[in-house]
Amino acid sequence: MTPRRRQRLVLVGLIVVGCTIATGLALLALRENINLFFSPSQIVEGTAPSNTTIRLGGMVVAGSVQRGDNLGVTFVLTDFAEQVTVAYEGILPDLFREGQGIVTQGKLDSTGRFVAEQVLAKHNETYMPPEVNDALRKVMTVGQ
Amino acid sequence: MIPELGTFSLILALLCAILQGIFPLLGAHRTHYHWMNLARSAAWSQLVFVGLAYACLTASFLSHDFSVRYVALNSNTQLPVIYLISGVWAGHEGSLLLWALILAGWTGAVERCSSAIPQEMLARVIAVMGLVSTGFLLFIIMTSSPFARQFPIPLEGNDLNPLLQDPGLAIHPPILYLGYVGFSVPFAFGIAALLAGRLDGAWARWSRPWTLFAWTFLTIGIALGSWWAYNELGWGGWWFWDPVENASFMPWLVGTALVHSLAATEKRGVFKAWTVLLALFAFSLSLLGTFLVRSGVLTSVHAFANDPARGVFILIFLSIVVGLSLGLYAWRAPSVRSTLVTSPISRESFILINNILLMVTTATILLGTLYPLVMDALGLGKISVGAPYFNSVFVPLTVPLVLLLGTASVIRWKQDKLKRLLWILTPILLISFVIGVLWPVFYMPHYSSVAILGVTLGVWTFATAVVGVWSRTSGGNRWRRLRNTPSSFYGMTLAHIGVGVFAIGISLTSAFSVEKQVRMAPGDHQLIGGYDFRFDGVIDVRGANYVAQRGVITVFKDGLPVSRLEPEKRTYQIQQNPMTEAGIEAGLMRDLYVSLGEPLDDGRSWGLRLYLKPFIRWIWLGALLIAIGGLIAAFDRRYRLQSRNRSLSPSTATTPPVGI
Repeated sequence: MTPRRRQRLVLVGLIVVGCTIATGLALLALRENINLFFSPSQIVEGTAPSNTTIRLGGMVVAGSVQRGDNLGVTFVLTDFAEQVTVAYEGILPDLFREGQGIVTQGKLDSTGRFVAEQVLAKHNETYMPPEVNDALRKVMTVGQ
Repeated sequence: MIPELGTFSLILALLCAILQGIFPLLGAHRTHYHWMNLARSAAWSQLVFVGLAYACLTASFLSHDFSVRYVALNSNTQLPVIYLISGVWAGHEGSLLLWALILAGWTGAVERCSSAIPQEMLARVIAVMGLVSTGFLLFIIMTSSPFARQFPIPLEGNDLNPLLQDPGLAIHPPILYLGYVGFSVPFAFGIAALLAGRLDGAWARWSRPWTLFAWTFLTIGIALGSWWAYNELGWGGWWFWDPVENASFMPWLVGTALVHSLAATEKRGVFKAWTVLLALFAFSLSLLGTFLVRSGVLTSVHAFANDPARGVFILIFLSIVVGLSLGLYAWRAPSVRSTLVTSPISRESFILINNILLMVTTATILLGTLYPLVMDALGLGKISVGAPYFNSVFVPLTVPLVLLLGTASVIRWKQDKLKRLLWILTPILLISFVIGVLWPVFYMPHYSSVAILGVTLGVWTFATAVVGVWSRTSGGNRWRRLRNTPSSFYGMTLAHIGVGVFAIGISLTSAFSVEKQVRMAPGDHQLIGGYDFRFDGVIDVRGANYVAQRGVITVFKDGLPVSRLEPEKRTYQIQQNPMTEAGIEAGLMRDLYVSLGEPLDDGRSWGLRLYLKPFIRWIWLGALLIAIGGLIAAFDRRYRLQSRNRSLSPSTATTPPVGI
């Protein structure tokens, strides 16, 4: 084997090892950290797993925001077909308001209530998260 | 009238770019000097016309010409002048124009500073940049003209997004773009060298300062973005693994690999084909970043709601650029002969491992960023890949990288002795570990393996960098040797120290930050990490174009007041968006950070976020040191000296004089 070939072989070997490690790490991490998106209809239908971190998006129903003790808050999300109550403990983002499309991340508890760990509202009042937009549109077309 | 002048000069700029892209390339192919000379005049005229278009848009902003749709969407008569100027790049159309202007600017800079480069090479480089520019100008003119008029003309503009009304964010995009677009220069040099079939040491030497400049700007741009997010978003975080952050981080990682690999190619003639490939990748990822940010396919804070035609255009453009350049690479690269690496115990082989680690890291980030898009496109469901994914792949890949970095500061080119290395490095590693254990024990509240690892790595990079300088300058008159050491070496040392400072900052902040979300009425106290926060209530204040509620929080330590924080909740008059301005007391050892949440039902109490952030400043300090290191290396005298010598050499003297 010429030195040039040997060097190329070592290089290829290193790259293969690197890629293997990376793929392994990535797959492991992906398995644990992918969050599926669900709409309120899917939650009510029961397609969403409970006690797994998922994302739920929809419109905040007007008049549904209720403050509890300390920083606890509950509100209702809708896709105009079904509704899901969301419980959250903490400060809501600036652009959270009634009638706004938002995305929450958290877990479904055994009573069918969604316990959010994170509430995301985007930095533009005309912006609708694409997932929410799609979910809403799906309901609209089914409804017609 | 002015907007039409802008459109007109954009079209003229496009024509110049087409000339600049075609004739010099043909001229270089056929050794036709007049055609090659066209590169210069075409590049300069393109710069003038794009600059004119840019000036027209700025003028429209300054004169509040709301008949221009883009101006009406992004400004307002009450907006302060600085934000009228920065409003030009607040949206999609204007930021593309800025992109084109910066590309033309880099082309002009290359033309000015490359008097020593052979004419065929320079012609090809400028032509490649002209082709890229053609693509962008076509994109602007066809899908996103910033000069589009609207009727009826609104009396008042829609105002600039309040998030962008901050000096940090006003300069973040231009600096970031200087970096992004700057990678077009090594890209163009790479393509030109592949076309000419001449991938030699000279090529690496010409590309090196440009790559360093671009990389420095990108470093500063990313750091500014992170600093802004910390100040402005009110979440106390500095990096969110947001897809758009990833889009700027990936070219940075590849750029880092490129900077190192170029050094090895220039010094030792190794890895030539690999280095060109990195140059192609770095710019391709910059384009991918633009595509991701501008096409609206991402759910992100930066995503503008956009029409899909733009996304399709960028995607086609991206495939053409990547496809053609990789095709050219596949055709030409097999004929490139690099010098062989003589020994595994050498700086070049460490640089190779560094490159592989950086590329693997980039690949995992790319996977995490694109995975949701691919799943969505294939109809396999909507998913999001969150920060935990990125943290769990990023950390295991970067820790060995930092360990190697320390070794590489000390190791010699070509061949080194394992015994010598172990003799130097083992004590440093031991000392670093001891300091790593002791520091958190003495200064921090509780045990944390992350903190120990971070401080160990930080001290390790610092110590090896210093030892690297010391051993390089030993023997003979040390002062003279210090003075004769090239500045690229000092740049490297400083940047490596910056990585250490950065590692300490990240690890201590993530290990010891304290965060509390609380409900507080005036007069309430909260104790956080030994600091006593007292909420004194909220007052109303009025700014230039907003009204705000300003909270007053007094912080005590051991009974003595140490700071008074004034976070604000602003409401801008036009868009009516509430905006959080955090109240921050910055310090080298810790930040005190308060942001106002929302008023609660009883009318007196507020939801507040209180944070204690130890050593968070070290993150940006580290990034700043890295950037300064890059800048010092870019100004290395050798690049200029060698180019001056070269211009006297007979080989270039035979080419006819430039000009008419």
